[in-house]
Amino acid sequence: MDKLWLDPVMIDRARQAAKEIAARVDHYISSRTTVAVERTVLRLLGIDGTNAESVPLPNVVVDHLLANGCLETGAAYWVINAMIVRQCTAQEIAEQVAEGKLDLTRLSQVSPFEIRKKGKELACAALDKIKQNRYTRDRLIQKTGTGKKPYLYVIVATGDIYEDVIQARSAVRQGADIIAVIRSTGQSLLDYVPYGLTREGFGGTFATRENFRMMRKALDEAGREAGRYIRLCNYCSGLCMPEIAAMGALERLDVMLNDALYGILFRDINMQRTLIDQAFSRMINSYAGIMINTGEDNYLTTADAEEAAHTVLASQFINEQLAFLSGLSQKQMGLGHAFEINPDLEDGLLWEIAQARMVRQIFPEAPLKYMPPTKHMTGNIFKGHVQNALFNMVGVMTNQEVQLLGMMTEAMHTPYIHDRQLAIENAAYVFHNARHLGEEILFRPGGRIEKRAQHVLKKAAEMLEEVRQMGLFKALEKGMFADVKRSFTGGKGLRGVLEKGSGYFNPVEEELRLRLGLVPREGADGS
Amino acid sequence: MNIDFTHVKPYGDTLNDGMVQLSFTLPVPCGEEAREAARQLAEKMGLDEPQVYHMKDLGVDFTFFVVYGKCRHFVDYAAIRVPKFQNSRMNFEEINQFIRERIGRKVVVVGACTGTDAHTVGIDAIMNMKGYNGEYGLERYPEIEAYNLGSQVENEALIVRAIEYRADVLLVSQVVTQKDIHITNLTGLVELLEAEGIRDRFILICGGPRIDHELALELGFDAGFGPGTLAPDVASYFVQEMVRRKR
Repeated sequence: MDKLWLDPVMIDRARQAAKEIAARVDHYISSRTTVAVERTVLRLLGIDGTNAESVPLPNVVVDHLLANGCLETGAAYWVINAMIVRQCTAQEIAEQVAEGKLDLTRLSQVSPFEIRKKGKELACAALDKIKQNRYTRDRLIQKTGTGKKPYLYVIVATGDIYEDVIQARSAVRQGADIIAVIRSTGQSLLDYVPYGLTREGFGGTFATRENFRMMRKALDEAGREAGRYIRLCNYCSGLCMPEIAAMGALERLDVMLNDALYGILFRDINMQRTLIDQAFSRMINSYAGIMINTGEDNYLTTADAEEAAHTVLASQFINEQLAFLSGLSQKQMGLGHAFEINPDLEDGLLWEIAQARMVRQIFPEAPLKYMPPTKHMTGNIFKGHVQNALFNMVGVMTNQEVQLLGMMTEAMHTPYIHDRQLAIENAAYVFHNARHLGEEILFRPGGRIEKRAQHVLKKAAEMLEEVRQMGLFKALEKGMFADVKRSFTGGKGLRGVLEKGSGYFNPVEEELRLRLGLVPREGADGS
Repeated sequence: MNIDFTHVKPYGDTLNDGMVQLSFTLPVPCGEEAREAARQLAEKMGLDEPQVYHMKDLGVDFTFFVVYGKCRHFVDYAAIRVPKFQNSRMNFEEINQFIRERIGRKVVVVGACTGTDAHTVGIDAIMNMKGYNGEYGLERYPEIEAYNLGSQVENEALIVRAIEYRADVLLVSQVVTQKDIHITNLTGLVELLEAEGIRDRFILICGGPRIDHELALELGFDAGFGPGTLAPDVASYFVQEMVRRKR
């Protein structure tokens, strides 16, 4: 198995530092919630749809509680209280709030015991639905099987969900295993999830529950025809991280981009907000059997891939440890990295192989997600096609599991239907033709590739130990990841962060922790 | 070789053979009718003897083609005039020296990726300390004060910062071009500046994969830079433009 010799002591050092970093973050976030977390709870209690001004009802209810200064008890507390008092469903309560007919904070209050009992019942019903989806996925995979690894992952991004379906069906016909619907640019900064089927977007298509449902149905059909289960991927990131997780869990998505730090670094979302949101979103993803993808590949678009290779590895360790705290097993962690070293560099390919093989061995169970060249794609489509072929070669020989296919037209436009076909043909050819190449390779002890991997691992361990000293928040302020500096109180969405009050109630999180076998957190209140 | 620059045609292996390669998809099911449709389309595009060398079923009743043909058309190269920058390209050292000698103070540059566009790769290549492809970015220039505001910056916010920093130069990057969103963003900035009556305070520059100098001028910018541009290309332009304006 270990084709590349890596120092096990160094791996342990790095992992231990990451574990302590994650524990400190978890301690900090345990006494806080966010508007997005509260909206997610409401969605799982059954609230959906919008008011007359197209504001989603979960937002209407949470904003109503926030305005009355009552959100720190948890949105569920007030909504469930109203459900018991008025003998209505959560949806009916939300509609009454939207119409201005009901002030949740002025109703008579039933006993906390009754609220907790009803909360547990509702959380169980929601999670049972998610469990059912998990079974359905397992059953379909058992019946039709899946493609061979590395899975061929392609994106669709027309902005119009109807057009996306055509592009996705075509891609499945060509051999794609995973379809990701890229979101409209800017959605990550919306503090609500748009509603309904959408036909207009920029650089992508809005993530809405209805769009999820439509694409799910199309991929199930296409998968039946193709004789393999087709996975659907979307973006559980931005200001609505946990809400998207809930929607994905309810509509049986299979893969979610879900990074602990990405929003902070690349979308300037406040670090407290993102770290609280990611923890809850990952619990949902964990329970839904979703494979998360982390976004370390992005580091290499702002920092240099050769120099910053260790920051990718360091972040993978942190992502892994934070994910463990949300109950994700390593088998669900599609840790991300990328083939982004400057192609003009002598022996650059060797460093790519070193990185890919090293990550494979350090996270042996993880369904690693490998991202294609983007930064050094030039508009010369012919050279780009060759760069992608080398990328595919490294993917198959180092046993990556999810290969996001590079497009020869990267840096030019979102993929056209034939760009995708040529990319799939390229990957299918290389994977098939070199299927067992990895099994035949042992890396020369003391050779260039081994030395490079050792060097990156050592730098990652040292960086993690440095981050442990100062804490993750400080490290982000200092710009230790991706050369991007973010302040503790800066960025978007900080206003949506609240300290939990006494008696805070989140029935979904309680039930999730129970079912995932997670111990209640130190410092957590209300449970 | 004796080339007639008033009648220029594509070249394959013989002068004026007109050889062109193209590839495209038609929304028709794969088959002999599809092949004929591709051939006829190429002919209508002005290609003689079109050859469909590759045809691939994309499923969902779409077909992809690779076609070669001989282009009937020619262009008059000798008559072409393209608007160009009236300046020479200087390197890192020369630019800093030029600023010291001819401007005598630091040049303030504010850059951003505007609108909802989240792709900072372009603005980063020009502005970040490290730069791109071995060329330092503007942040590294001792005589330039560079502020990279990053991505998803609203035009209004860019203007506020430009005034605050007393910017000489505004750099706007646009990568996403779906449904011409970049045009909307760029013209929006010019309109806002004009409405505020401060358009002339700044040298206004845009860049991106689908932007060129001509388009930039059309949109009301002072200059535009396309793919492959590096920091010295942009800096050479704006320092010389500043001196021109002073005169």
